[in-house]
Amino acid sequence: MTNRLKGLRALLPALAIGCCPAVQAEEQVHLYNWSDYFAEDTLPNFQARTGIRPVLDVYDANEVLEAKLFAGGSGYDVIFPTARPFAARHIKAGLYQPLDKSKLPGLERLDPEIMASLASIDPGNQYLVPYMWGTSGLGLNVEKVKAALGAEAKLDTWALIFDPEQAAKLKDCGIALLDDPTEVFSAALAYLGKDPNSLDKADLDAAAAVIKGVHANIRYFHSSQYISDLANGELCVAHGYSGDVLQAQERAEEADKGIEIAYRIPREGAALWTDVMAIPKDAPHPDAAHAFIAYLLDPQVIADISDYVFYANPNLAATPLIEAELREDPEIYPPPEVKARLFVPNERSDREIRTLNRLWTRIKSNR
Amino acid sequence: MSIGAGPQSQGSRRLSRLVNIGIPYVWLGVFFLLPFVIVLQISVAEPALAQPPYTALWEWIDDGLLQIQINLRNFMLIGEDDIYLAAFLNSLWVALVCTLLCLLLGYPMAYAIATAPERWRVLLLMLIVLPFWTSFLIRVYAWIGILNSGGLLNTFLLWLGVIDQPMQILHTQTAVYIGILYSYLPFMILPLYANLTRLDPTLLEAAEDLGCRPMRAFVEITLPLSKPGIIAGSMLVFIPVVGEFVIPDLLGGPDSLMVGKLLWTEFFSNQDWPLASALAILLLGLLVVPFVLMQRMQQTMDETQP
Repeated sequence: MTNRLKGLRALLPALAIGCCPAVQAEEQVHLYNWSDYFAEDTLPNFQARTGIRPVLDVYDANEVLEAKLFAGGSGYDVIFPTARPFAARHIKAGLYQPLDKSKLPGLERLDPEIMASLASIDPGNQYLVPYMWGTSGLGLNVEKVKAALGAEAKLDTWALIFDPEQAAKLKDCGIALLDDPTEVFSAALAYLGKDPNSLDKADLDAAAAVIKGVHANIRYFHSSQYISDLANGELCVAHGYSGDVLQAQERAEEADKGIEIAYRIPREGAALWTDVMAIPKDAPHPDAAHAFIAYLLDPQVIADISDYVFYANPNLAATPLIEAELREDPEIYPPPEVKARLFVPNERSDREIRTLNRLWTRIKSNR
Repeated sequence: MSIGAGPQSQGSRRLSRLVNIGIPYVWLGVFFLLPFVIVLQISVAEPALAQPPYTALWEWIDDGLLQIQINLRNFMLIGEDDIYLAAFLNSLWVALVCTLLCLLLGYPMAYAIATAPERWRVLLLMLIVLPFWTSFLIRVYAWIGILNSGGLLNTFLLWLGVIDQPMQILHTQTAVYIGILYSYLPFMILPLYANLTRLDPTLLEAAEDLGCRPMRAFVEITLPLSKPGIIAGSMLVFIPVVGEFVIPDLLGGPDSLMVGKLLWTEFFSNQDWPLASALAILLLGLLVVPFVLMQRMQQTMDETQP
């Protein structure tokens, strides 16, 4: 989750939607969301329904959002951070305002399991409303992987990346890892059969050794570049987010160059993450912010977004409204036996995060 | 500022002088000194889970007791962990290589433009300056399309038959050098051009009259006289490249470790503004010292050469 420059580029459409407060009297809501994380008609329909004009800025890294929040006076009304560790940390730092649940009808339709899980970082679900969820697994160019490893090769395993023998064979067609220490360490720990959330020194050292062992085979560490590179055949294995890989799949289909992209949840386990909505403490339009969250709680609205972004949403009433192809895809709405293999990243202290990040810099630069 | 003619009182002249001298100082104070002091202050704070994410430098405890807390641990950590030293050295190395490459490529170009017929010069200069009309970011992105394995360069080389498999250039250090060289070349050419056009052509004519061959005339006359241009161009390339972040991030591979990138990690990934500020202060120190030395040298040179 760190390519911030794409974020800059993505600001352009935001300018087109509206930057300049020419008509001050008009009611507005300022949104700060990931790039490509609404359906095309989500915002126009909101304006038609409520008369509130949405103004969208986008980012593609939690860190960029976080830096703005910590600096204060960001001017945003609704933001969409990943729950762990980001939103958890923001709650601790007191950056959010509690939600007025009387203005949010439809909260009861949200998956109680996800709400219970969020309650561990947000007691009483005071601050956060889940938006989308997904997994971090493997994006594959099926044909190229099979060409390199043989037709019998197992595709749903971290060994494609972390087994030096397989990685060496896949090196030339391209392997990419997320530029995110938490994600990569938990994947390496899962591959080793250890607790993916472990902070034990011996475990981390073992994981670091695994990553260093395949370092020479990794083309780059990046959190969004792989989408287009998978789609145009520059990569054959990418550690990536489920919906992003599926977007690559769709782009490859549109390009019609015979590139077949698949997403797999590795058998050793994969991270399950949730992106949430929250209202910053200093939001200039809190009422409009509530109206926007209420709009996204509408099952049809959120189902349309899922259809567009290929991520599962936590709204139980929306599930039957989603296209069958998506709803029945075991990689997006995993069946219970797959879900059992998913793990939720633990919360970490700032000191632990910094230690991990510095270790990460060292590993990436191979020192 | 005085516009009208006629005698002026001593007072208004003094005022106008004060304004004239004052503006640059106010500018420097507001846009250089003040930000520097703010960054310096953050660099001796401690990171905190708050808004803003660092501790205050001072705190009033009641009864007029002022508590000032200066935390030097950030600087100590940078000294202890050799990854920072490695990043500094690597950044300096990259900047040095790029400056030399820019000089090697830029000098002949600047020389060619400066010696071209008058009517061609404007056009040639335009060709150097024109790319600035497009965003820097977009130009760096364009290099991704040129360098990647299905990109223009590889397709062209394959077509020529020079290579039979695409070369992996993107995400390597070579791509970083190409990107930097491309982006910073104008900063080398423009000061060199400005310098070279001002050289007195009669000196070269005199040399020729006295039987000096062109190559020797260049080495003994043009090159020494263009030294200020070389220094100015090298500074304009070297200093920003040391802190360069965008190009290594977009075009570089996993092992392109540079200070700019580390600073980003500390600021964004770690939310450790104090450590990021400490890095920025050290980077500034690293760049100011050679700059001041260079200026000293220049000054003594000017004094000894009347």
